[in-house]
Amino acid sequence: MRRSLITFAFAFAVLAAPAAHAVQPDEIMADPAKEARARDLSRELRCMVCQNQSIDDSEAPLARDLRLLVRERIAAGDSDNQVMDFLVARYGEFVLLKPRFNPHTLLLWLVPPLALLGGGFALWHYSRRREQSSAASEDSTAKLTAEEQARLEQLMAAEPAADQPN
Amino acid sequence: MIAEAGHYALVLALALALIQSTVPLLGARWGDLALMNVARSTAVAQLLFVAASFVALVTLHVTSDFSVVNVFENSHSMKPLIYKITGVWGNHEGSMLLWVSILALFGGLVAAFGNNLPLSLRAHVLAVQAWIASAFYLFILLTSNPFLRIANPPIEGRDLNPVLQDIGLAVHPPMLYLGYVGFSISFSFAIAALLEGRIDAAWARWVRPWTLMAWIFLTLGIAMGSYWAYYELGWGGWWFWDPVENASLMPWLAGTALLHSALVMEKRNALKVWTILLSILTFSLSLLGTFLVRSGVLTSVHAFATDPARGVFILLILCLFIGGSLTLYAWRASTLKQGGLFAPISREGALVLNNLFLTTACATVFIGTLYPLALEVLTGEKISVGAPFFNLTFAPLFVPLMIAMPFGPMLAWKRGDLLGAAQRLTAAGIVALVAIAVLYAWTYGGSTLAPLAIGLAVFVIAGALSDLAERTGLFRLPFVTALQRARGLPRAAWGTAFAHAGVGIALIGIVCETTWNSEYISTMRPGDVANVAGYQLKLDDMAQRQGPNFREMIAQFTVKLDGETLSRMTPSKRNFTTRGSSTTEAALLTRGASQLYISLGDVTADGAIAVRIYHKPLVLLIWFGPVLMAFGGLLSLSDRRLRVGAPKPARAARALQAAE
Repeated sequence: MRRSLITFAFAFAVLAAPAAHAVQPDEIMADPAKEARARDLSRELRCMVCQNQSIDDSEAPLARDLRLLVRERIAAGDSDNQVMDFLVARYGEFVLLKPRFNPHTLLLWLVPPLALLGGGFALWHYSRRREQSSAASEDSTAKLTAEEQARLEQLMAAEPAADQPN
Repeated sequence: MIAEAGHYALVLALALALIQSTVPLLGARWGDLALMNVARSTAVAQLLFVAASFVALVTLHVTSDFSVVNVFENSHSMKPLIYKITGVWGNHEGSMLLWVSILALFGGLVAAFGNNLPLSLRAHVLAVQAWIASAFYLFILLTSNPFLRIANPPIEGRDLNPVLQDIGLAVHPPMLYLGYVGFSISFSFAIAALLEGRIDAAWARWVRPWTLMAWIFLTLGIAMGSYWAYYELGWGGWWFWDPVENASLMPWLAGTALLHSALVMEKRNALKVWTILLSILTFSLSLLGTFLVRSGVLTSVHAFATDPARGVFILLILCLFIGGSLTLYAWRASTLKQGGLFAPISREGALVLNNLFLTTACATVFIGTLYPLALEVLTGEKISVGAPFFNLTFAPLFVPLMIAMPFGPMLAWKRGDLLGAAQRLTAAGIVALVAIAVLYAWTYGGSTLAPLAIGLAVFVIAGALSDLAERTGLFRLPFVTALQRARGLPRAAWGTAFAHAGVGIALIGIVCETTWNSEYISTMRPGDVANVAGYQLKLDDMAQRQGPNFREMIAQFTVKLDGETLSRMTPSKRNFTTRGSSTTEAALLTRGASQLYISLGDVTADGAIAVRIYHKPLVLLIWFGPVLMAFGGLLSLSDRRLRVGAPKPARAARALQAAE
């Protein structure tokens, strides 16, 4: 529900939203290393009744159940991957805040690198083309109308030092 | 009576907007000066009518007129005056009215201060501005009228959601909207340029101040929202990659790219077609943000489908403006002539690189925000895209961007000297390496990534300072000469340095907060002491207190460092009776740029209270960075060249003095 509070900040929508804590003192594991693992995993898992919020942030009862479940699995000796697999088997992919790479999420994962590569390629292509046709283009800029020419001269007269090399 | 007057004023504003969206265009077509000048008077009159409408709604809220639905649902007679006023935009209808008010404000400003614009360009810009305004007036009047009455007025209102009763949220929405809506000006300029089929460096010079202004407000608005979330939500998070946050981040990223590409266009008459596209995209993303937030589509695709009136209306506006403008772009962009040439290694090249990374970052946020929605609509499959995805994909894009950042201002226009720039950045590089080494030794065995990231941030800051030193000749020339040169430096150069340094400072804050944050979660009783990051925090007492429209439980903490009492901290938990909801008021103790943060949880059956205490090193830098960036923007905005075109020589002369 805290996530819906964020919604207020940027949307000022109206939803009922109690403010409370996420991880409760009684949930914390005795072994700090295991607790740290539990916290890291919790940040990757979605509280499914909340709006895009991890179980580490959420104070919904379901999130508490999931946090306890994660700790239970860790206490039972599961590796991080095993815990995740267990939760996905039980609740589906929806529980993962970072979706797995599969045909359904192909586009999601590929857009950022493709945008970068595609953009880079377009720039390279563009600059090559510009170089090839460079000679003709410099003097073909739009001509000013008489009115604009007059204004331009007026402006240049008013601003003697405007053309600083910046 | 006031409600009806406000409603009527809004209808009149719509009528004016309809005139403004047609008559000036005909004037421009026929070359009729009088018709073109209609835009000016209607824009100013529109501003007056919308302002009247807005004042009417504020008055209704202040006087607690519960016969108006909007006031009844969002106000309470016992609410402090300031929150009665800010409650106006704490709800859907009111915030849409604020949106159009700001739109009208910008239109009015262009009309009032656009004397130096060519007449037909001004007519076109204001007409496009009026298209947007008409669409949103219709949206408000047809689906979100804030002036509706209730037949049997209740005697008391339902109160504003308590988390919104906060000074941070009083200022945040107007700031954000000034940013969002401010980009409508660059959009209108872009469409006007496409309609006229002419665009030149002067166009960029006219657009830049408006873009810069919108960008400053958006930067501050986002930073303020983030700080609000940090102290109000009670667990010290400051960015959540929530769709509504992303909705404001996307226009910011595109707008930042636009600022930089407009610079190339202004100085070198290049990148015209791209700048036009960015202007269109930036405002389209603002509209998209409005749609995401206002339609309820984020809460659930199904909620959107069951109550579609508002959502579909905004979606229509969205499709009309984005689709229309992109079609126009595809049709007309080829008529725009390409300008100045430049080598890949040049100032222009650096700014193009900046644009590449910023737009890719923007595309990443875009796909991450909309992909789950699209997938659910198309296949019914539900996936989640949250912070781990964005941290993995978004953050790496900023690394090359920040490495390149100090080089940009060091390169010459047209053809730059990379080796020379690198030589001038040697000092900055050394400072960064020293910082990495020192941090690595100091936090030996800890995170390896954090010192590297801070080194990068230091490089950016030192690079910005070297740029200033280079331009003023500090260390090369006598100090007095350097000082004189510093005074003569264009303010835009100072602005660049401050804004770039701001990025580095924010990064330091982000890295320190996420890496070396200490957390203490436990239940405490009066007399208990918590040890966090070397501080001893003793819970002295707990007490109940009555506020104006809430009851609160306060805990008193004494903070000691090495046995010496530093301060007292009093976090509290408030219960708002009318809505039956509660808020956590965290207590913050600022030490330099670091903060101690206490927030309270629930009281257990045996009288102990759940407490969360954080020590957040250098956390304030996260928001100080954006403030510095905005300050840099402000300096740049006051640069002499953006005031060029002040028509009378006398005024120009005064402007010259002011720039000294």
